[in-house]
Amino acid sequence: MNAIEILGLTKSYLTGFLRNKPKPALQPLHLTIQEGETFGFLGPNGAGKTTTLKLLMGIVFPTSGSARILGHHFHDPGIKKQIGFLPEQPYFYDYLSASELLDYYAQLSGVPKDERRKRIALLLERTGLADAGKKQLRKFSKGMLQRVGIAQAIIHDPKIVFLDEPMSGLDPIGRREIRELILSLKKDGKTVFFSTHILSDAEALCDRVAVIHKGVLRGIGVVEDLKSQTEDKSEVVWQGAHALAAVASLLSESNVAGEVARGVVRGQDLDLLLEKLRREQTRLISVTPLHGTLEDYFVAHTTDQEAVQG
Amino acid sequence: MISRLSAIAFNTFREAVRDRVLYNFVLFVLLLVATAPLFGQISIGLERLILINVGLSAMSLFGIVIAIFVGIGLVSKEIDKKTLYTILSRPVRRWEFIAGKYLGLVMTLAVNATFMTAGFYLTLLVTAHQLTRADAGLLAAIYFIILQFFIITALTLLFSSFSTPIFSAIFSFALFVIGTFAEDLRNFAAMSDGAGKWLVTGVVYLVPNFSALNVISQVSHDVPVSGSLILYNTLYAVLYSAAATAAAVLIFERRNLK
Repeated sequence: MNAIEILGLTKSYLTGFLRNKPKPALQPLHLTIQEGETFGFLGPNGAGKTTTLKLLMGIVFPTSGSARILGHHFHDPGIKKQIGFLPEQPYFYDYLSASELLDYYAQLSGVPKDERRKRIALLLERTGLADAGKKQLRKFSKGMLQRVGIAQAIIHDPKIVFLDEPMSGLDPIGRREIRELILSLKKDGKTVFFSTHILSDAEALCDRVAVIHKGVLRGIGVVEDLKSQTEDKSEVVWQGAHALAAVASLLSESNVAGEVARGVVRGQDLDLLLEKLRREQTRLISVTPLHGTLEDYFVAHTTDQEAVQG
Repeated sequence: MISRLSAIAFNTFREAVRDRVLYNFVLFVLLLVATAPLFGQISIGLERLILINVGLSAMSLFGIVIAIFVGIGLVSKEIDKKTLYTILSRPVRRWEFIAGKYLGLVMTLAVNATFMTAGFYLTLLVTAHQLTRADAGLLAAIYFIILQFFIITALTLLFSSFSTPIFSAIFSFALFVIGTFAEDLRNFAAMSDGAGKWLVTGVVYLVPNFSALNVISQVSHDVPVSGSLILYNTLYAVLYSAAATAAAVLIFERRNLK
């Protein structure tokens, strides 16, 4: 079953003094996410990631299009029992303790009183906050707040968890803790939809990713497939730095250390480069194929080019 | 639905308590206790009269100020700090959020008024050395003051559902002041002619009639408040508050949150 189906959602904001100039924030977006999938929604700042999440959560209303969550219309209040949401850089009521906050959100999600107590204890333990349950949130560090944020998103044991930039602003330890929490959600069989611009996190966690830029979907697929779509390149090392001037036009990057030169060449230019190096009477040391990275794919698809719809 | 409404209302009340909003009643009592000896110096007969007028007017003003200054932040603070995002992503309808917030602030103001009432009667006892049967009649005026809180909270919530906190405060306070002179406006409408009459009459019915809810002067002279006035004012406050809250819901239901 599809966990999330986004059916041509669009959003334009009205700008200008008279609020009569529409500024598109999201072009028609079509996406399907399967149940149990961990899906990364990638894009630079201002790409439309948060707008998409706000639309799905009913915080803003779409200009056109619709979405379905677990087969139900996304504005159906009943379906909201099955979703959890962590906003970007969340702020929680700082006059509450972590336990009180979780109790409040559990109550709003309709969790019965007896179950609430058990779930709160379980989640405080799971997020490493068992000793801080009674502490007011104003005394929490950013990493602790983010962990409380994930706890509130899953306090009602939802099937789908939406996380908006969950690692943003965290130190490496905080990021690792959140990564482990997301992995544990994945192990529990939850569908996780998270937006990020930190590509290493997406690579480590996601089954599939989509890249969005300027409100337009630029690409979607399994991480390995997307990486393989990046340009084929090779690293060539040779002795005879004098030849660099003759081959410089073929190289995307190069450097020299004494008599040894190194250059990176596109796959289609490799034969021509080797031929020229032979003619220049250099001695070839190595040719190493370079694997594409998600970053290559991301950079290639977030430049101003024609969008692809997936 | 009841569980969600009560959760939001209780959290609003808890926020006010932890932000020490209720501490104002201490200030209220201190004000009364500090000024009470002065009343005695004016005239023995006037002492009780002035204490009732000052005490009940202060109770009304303190509550109105709290209603406006807490009320303007009820919605805007939740939007600014994005706490609303984690609420609306749950099975909480927007009207439930508005209604819960309203009930939470009204509960805060009612508890606050209860504390102030206790402080007021204590000061009355200390000043007059006894409480008479006539003093029980003051409760009607206090009840009407609480009804004023219901109305001003609903109006503040209405303004804050579409306006900035500063403008919401200005609009709410302006309506409170205009509403206090509703009776004078009514008289003015009766004296006007033509289009002006219709305009003023329209304004009279639109602004909250706070002058009908002010019986402080009456009770301070031991004139009892009739049961029919209590019933009429209760109905008026409930209907007016319901209409203002419904308008706030209608606006908020359509609002794109930034």
